[in-house]
Amino acid sequence: MNESSSYVRHFNWGKLGVISVPYFWFVMLALIPILIVLKISMSEMELTSVSNMVDWSNGWPTVKLNFSSYLFIGGDALYIKTYLSSIKYAFITTLLCLAIGYPFAYFMARSPKHLQPMLLMLIMLPFWTSFLLRIYAWKTLLVSNGVINNILISLHIIDTPLLMMNNSFSLIIGMVYSYLPFMILPLYANLSKLDMRYLEAAADLGTSPFKAFWLITVPLSKAGIIAGSMLVFIPAVGEYVIPELLGGPSTLMIGRVLWDEFFSNNDWPMASAVAVVMILLILVPMAILNKYQAEQAGSKS
Amino acid sequence: MRLLNKSFTKKYLATLLAGLTIISLASCGKKTEEKQKVVEEEKVLNIYNWSDYIAPDTIANFEKETGIKVRYDNFDNNEILHAKLMAKNTGYDIVVPSSNWAKLQMEGGLFQKLDKSKLTNYGNLDTSILKQMSVLDPGNEYLVDWLWSYNTVGINEDKVKAALGDTPMPDNAWDLVFDPKYTNKLKSCGITFLDTPTDVFQAALHYLGKHVVNGPVEDYQQAFDMLMKVRPDIKRFSSGGQIDDLASGNVCVAYGWAGDFNLARKRSIENKSEQKIVALVPKTGGLMFMDTMAIPADAPHPDNAHKFINYVLQPKVIAAITNTVTYANPNKAATEFLDPEIKANKSIFLSGEDVAKLVPPSVEDSKTKRIITRLFTQFKTGT
Repeated sequence: MNESSSYVRHFNWGKLGVISVPYFWFVMLALIPILIVLKISMSEMELTSVSNMVDWSNGWPTVKLNFSSYLFIGGDALYIKTYLSSIKYAFITTLLCLAIGYPFAYFMARSPKHLQPMLLMLIMLPFWTSFLLRIYAWKTLLVSNGVINNILISLHIIDTPLLMMNNSFSLIIGMVYSYLPFMILPLYANLSKLDMRYLEAAADLGTSPFKAFWLITVPLSKAGIIAGSMLVFIPAVGEYVIPELLGGPSTLMIGRVLWDEFFSNNDWPMASAVAVVMILLILVPMAILNKYQAEQAGSKS
Repeated sequence: MRLLNKSFTKKYLATLLAGLTIISLASCGKKTEEKQKVVEEEKVLNIYNWSDYIAPDTIANFEKETGIKVRYDNFDNNEILHAKLMAKNTGYDIVVPSSNWAKLQMEGGLFQKLDKSKLTNYGNLDTSILKQMSVLDPGNEYLVDWLWSYNTVGINEDKVKAALGDTPMPDNAWDLVFDPKYTNKLKSCGITFLDTPTDVFQAALHYLGKHVVNGPVEDYQQAFDMLMKVRPDIKRFSSGGQIDDLASGNVCVAYGWAGDFNLARKRSIENKSEQKIVALVPKTGGLMFMDTMAIPADAPHPDNAHKFINYVLQPKVIAAITNTVTYANPNKAATEFLDPEIKANKSIFLSGEDVAKLVPPSVEDSKTKRIITRLFTQFKTGT
């Protein structure tokens, strides 16, 4: 209370100027596009354009809202099935990224200080080649007459090629591979700041290293785990390119349904409605989590 | 350490902001530049065409002849082109949609009328093709056919014969992809379908002897039930990848474009591979399609676009394209410049009898499109 009143008394224009810049970009690049999508989702599709929401034909503006696209999503099991399946794949990807990424980040944070920039560099290195090329590379590795199958067959380990392509296996490999750095980087940032004195104290008091890790390191890196999981989970839900190139006809993802609505059906309102529901599906649980955490932090202090 | 981090973040943010500002400034600059272009009509032409659809020297010769610099981009399905045109300001001067999609775009006011006084070679066009086109484009005011072909079944002859064993080849080529009796056996060497809902359902309806577009819902349900019986035997859904899949022997039967099958045949002959690819001509007829040149309403260089269309109408130019991509052209005067092998191929230039059996191009209304897409998703997932 005290703080806010002092803020009002010494109104700091410079501070406002600095703060307003990111807000400006936020409004321009996030809020306005989302509002446009929302607007399209409640319009009607005409032959080669989207209807105007505000009608001036009576001399005054009449706003026409059309919720039929949303009703349609609720009425067809395909959409719900696809949302669930997208969330499932995103969830598996996040878990695997965490399972692989955490030891990785831990190792990096514990390695000698002068090596750390180089290790960080190695994580970033794949970003220097095109994302598409890296996904196509997986394709050549996994197909029936691809590198892995050929090696296994020539070593007489298997007789018939393993089916590793165009199914959920290849999809998850591609997703985990692509999103792993987004898990490692925040975890590393968090773990490298960990106060080692806690661990020393635990050791002095006779805790085994494993127990100390479980009781001290993991809880203290919670922020990193949450940040990394969000960075992986959110884009993974809406992923289109990886399922399209590595997934099969049976791996339903919402990105593909969006494509169908937008291109095959040529129904922009419907495509926008699917996108809006997807945003809500991600935003609402996050807002609840956020609120819960804020409350927890509040009750602690 | 924390201080360092903060300054790092700040620096990073500042760079990001600077970058964004530069991008937005640059795009503003580009807009004013474009406005000037309209006044002068500089020597530039932007073309958006299907992939694998032109001869290697077509563009180079045009640039030499006219001094116009061409930017040539590719797409591989009508849906993408349609969405781009709808969003307007594509920057393209010539686009090549299939005629049934072009009809929709024409009615939506996305194209400009052709100035036929600038098309001095227009007389080379085959009048029977012009008549076909006028069904969708009355008076041929907007569209000039680029190439045409038809949807049909393509096979790898030896592999199919081996897979069928004692069973003789069916009388009707469509049986190979729609009759479980055959697909069950062909599954072993690989079946591929086009990945576009409308293409698949039009063929299925045609096979069942129904109206290929805008029939009653029951027809679509019936087509779906039939398709589901062959679904377990289909290996791949792909529109752009069939040439490679056939030429490399990955699949032995394909439902796709006759032109692509002949191109796969040509490639495997050139590479001296043992795959013998054949485009079959169904007894009950294939589904005809025409890909047509059109000038978007907001094209920045319409004059250059007319020059290019007139250039393509030259018999030698279009003959070279047909010789390369094995699709039939609408140019009557071009026949004498065709390679003898292409000219003799009865699945490229169909006999009059087979042409008469082709199902002419048509387009679904949006309600039907929704039904088809929904059923197609279900068909692909196989549930």
